[in-house]
Amino acid sequence: MSVPTSASFDPHSDEPDLPLYEARKQIYPQSVTGTYRRIKWIILAVTLGIYYILPFIRWDRGPNAPNQAVLIDMPHRRAYFFFIEIWPQEVYYLTGLLILAAMALFLMNALAGRIWCGYLCPQTVWTDLFMAVERLIEGDRRERMQRDAGPFTLEVFALKLLKHTFWLLIAWWTGGAWVLYFDDAPTLVMQLLTFQGSATAYISIFVLTFTTYTFAGLMREQICLYACPWPRIQAALTDEHALNVTYRYDRGEQRMSVKKAAALRAAGEPVGDCIDCQQCVAVCPTGVDIRNGPTLGCIQCGLCIDACDDVMTKIHRPTRLIAYDTDVNIKRRQSGLPNIFKPFRARTFLYAFVISVVGGMMVYQLATRAPSTITVIHDRNPVYVKLSDGRIRNAYSVRIANMLNDPRTYSFKVLGMDKAQVDIIGAEHASQGELFIEVGPDQTRELRVLVTHDNDDKRGAPVALYFEIRDELDGRLAVGKDFFRTPNTVH
Amino acid sequence: MEQKTSAPADTSTPVQTGVGTMGHIWDGIEELNNPLPRWWLWTFYACIIWAVGYWFFYPAIPLVSSYTKGLLGWQSRTQIELDMAELKAMRSGMTTKIEATELADIEKSPELLSFARAQGSAAFAVNCAPCHGAGAQGFKGYPNLNDDDWIWGGKAEDILTTIKHGVRWEQDSDSRSGVMPAFGRDGLLNRKEIATVADYVLSLSGLPVDKAADLAAGTALYAANCAACHGDTGKGNQEMGAPNLSDKVWLYGSDKAAVMERITIGGGGVMPAWSNRLDAATMKSLAVYVHTLGGGK
Repeated sequence: MSVPTSASFDPHSDEPDLPLYEARKQIYPQSVTGTYRRIKWIILAVTLGIYYILPFIRWDRGPNAPNQAVLIDMPHRRAYFFFIEIWPQEVYYLTGLLILAAMALFLMNALAGRIWCGYLCPQTVWTDLFMAVERLIEGDRRERMQRDAGPFTLEVFALKLLKHTFWLLIAWWTGGAWVLYFDDAPTLVMQLLTFQGSATAYISIFVLTFTTYTFAGLMREQICLYACPWPRIQAALTDEHALNVTYRYDRGEQRMSVKKAAALRAAGEPVGDCIDCQQCVAVCPTGVDIRNGPTLGCIQCGLCIDACDDVMTKIHRPTRLIAYDTDVNIKRRQSGLPNIFKPFRARTFLYAFVISVVGGMMVYQLATRAPSTITVIHDRNPVYVKLSDGRIRNAYSVRIANMLNDPRTYSFKVLGMDKAQVDIIGAEHASQGELFIEVGPDQTRELRVLVTHDNDDKRGAPVALYFEIRDELDGRLAVGKDFFRTPNTVH
Repeated sequence: MEQKTSAPADTSTPVQTGVGTMGHIWDGIEELNNPLPRWWLWTFYACIIWAVGYWFFYPAIPLVSSYTKGLLGWQSRTQIELDMAELKAMRSGMTTKIEATELADIEKSPELLSFARAQGSAAFAVNCAPCHGAGAQGFKGYPNLNDDDWIWGGKAEDILTTIKHGVRWEQDSDSRSGVMPAFGRDGLLNRKEIATVADYVLSLSGLPVDKAADLAAGTALYAANCAACHGDTGKGNQEMGAPNLSDKVWLYGSDKAAVMERITIGGGGVMPAWSNRLDAATMKSLAVYVHTLGGGK
């Protein structure tokens, strides 16, 4: 007796089971010309140009610092961006940048939908580039489809080999450009070419070559559909006033052929402008039909707008049957109301406000950055030392950071307690009772500072001490605060 | 394809999967006999071959009182020795400089000083902290190395000698020696005399004393028994390791009972000689570290 085993799967039932896996269908995007195609080319050239060329730009910081404009120096723990130099304790700038990036993305989304997905995302840019290479080598859509459906000849093999070689070359340079941000670019290029580069560099290049080639060449829209979280986040973030690439079905439906449309138009009947030429589907890099509305796969690159405009021009109908528009406006037009556009609404104001606040804070912080700092840490164990003459001594580890690119001398003072004797282990020239400390360029120096005082405070409250350093060259002060403790204060 | 199901068709081929069942039914639950994935199976075989190879080439099987050593002769102990040698070679740039430089010159050079303090601090934590404390603050009977009161000398060279040869360390003939007699235990002084001399000793460093103390008798007892080592005015003697009794630092406590206990049982603490266990550069770094804690002379 066979009993149904579970509600969803019964191996003995003869009802067909829905497959859970849909195999990928190869997409052959067609070439297209137009406004949005041009915008995409420009953005591609600018972003890729920046990516590949920026490591080679020089910026002079003096003899003691690297001269690469954009550099993340891991061994020396510094980050350089033109005139900005970041130390590891200032990593909160990175946090600020990430917040700004997120807010900028949200703002872009609130204004015009998936701009990131369609124009700026590295996946889109590199896939677009790889598709362009493919079109160049193998030909446009129909030619590729016919060749792939036909026999696997030597010519086919040669073309595919050429295409994949170029893809691997681009992917290799992508990985190469990445590692150039982490070391001096011209030197590293020479080292890599003569096989003297570090293992880390070669492995990074290998990994990035592999991922670029796979993601942009082989996986393409699968990343957008399955791997990337952003399409799903975008869907949740958008609202009815954000501009999206929209098929204006109020104008396009009922769709019919050109001849039929002309006949009905002559008879005064309502006619839809869409002639079902499927050009919007043919050019789509993710293979979706925009007439189904915004979907996960539609990255809103605007190429279908260009394709439809092309056809509309040919059949002498107005352009922008597909355009950046909102559903709200479609409904309004259907009711005879004029279009409304609301780029300034609560949401966009809020994002712009957060961007300005965070950006302003970062700029202020950067502008008021102190070039020298002093940090003081009290010895934890022992907190105080009783000397043989009964005096009490507290010891401190003091670290002076010179964030400038030339060596500096600082005068050192401890304020807050008169009649205190201050000694520094290993301090150099004490002139007229003052202590002077030299710190090299872009370096820190740790000192052991001893403060000795009579144990005459029976009340025993901890006394605040101020460790002050003064840059001898420009007179700038930095102060660190700590306390002097005696046996009476410690319990 | 028509396949009607009927009562126990245990090994019938279900319509969808095309795979037969194992042939058992447990409470109406059947199991499909799907083959193992090929990638998994061959990885498994590879692991088996690897394991067998491992038994031959590396130490693997425990025997009754030893173990199979493996054909490659690999030992984790050898690995550690290689790592230690590599570490030593890595440090040798600085350690050769430390060994070649005088202690006073090490303290004058910022580069050598900072290296010596770092190495000294690390070696101190491992070797010296168990007795002297993590911050060198000491405990009862274990000197505080931060202060400027030194039993055996506070110059850097003195500190280095103390580290090398220890204090009252039997295995080292050059060890610091000098033992306080047990005045009470060995019957040299009776309890009343010990109390009297203790009062005098407390007065030497300005500590409060009983009003009924007989300081004159204490002075006489002190001169007869203690001055030979501790000096006429209690300033101590670093040759003999006799502490300064007139300062504010007390190794065993400054109350009268503690002083009396010291006089009664005498003796003195023991410190190991480190010359057998630490290399020259480490000991010099330790000496510099202790000397620059703040109390060095």
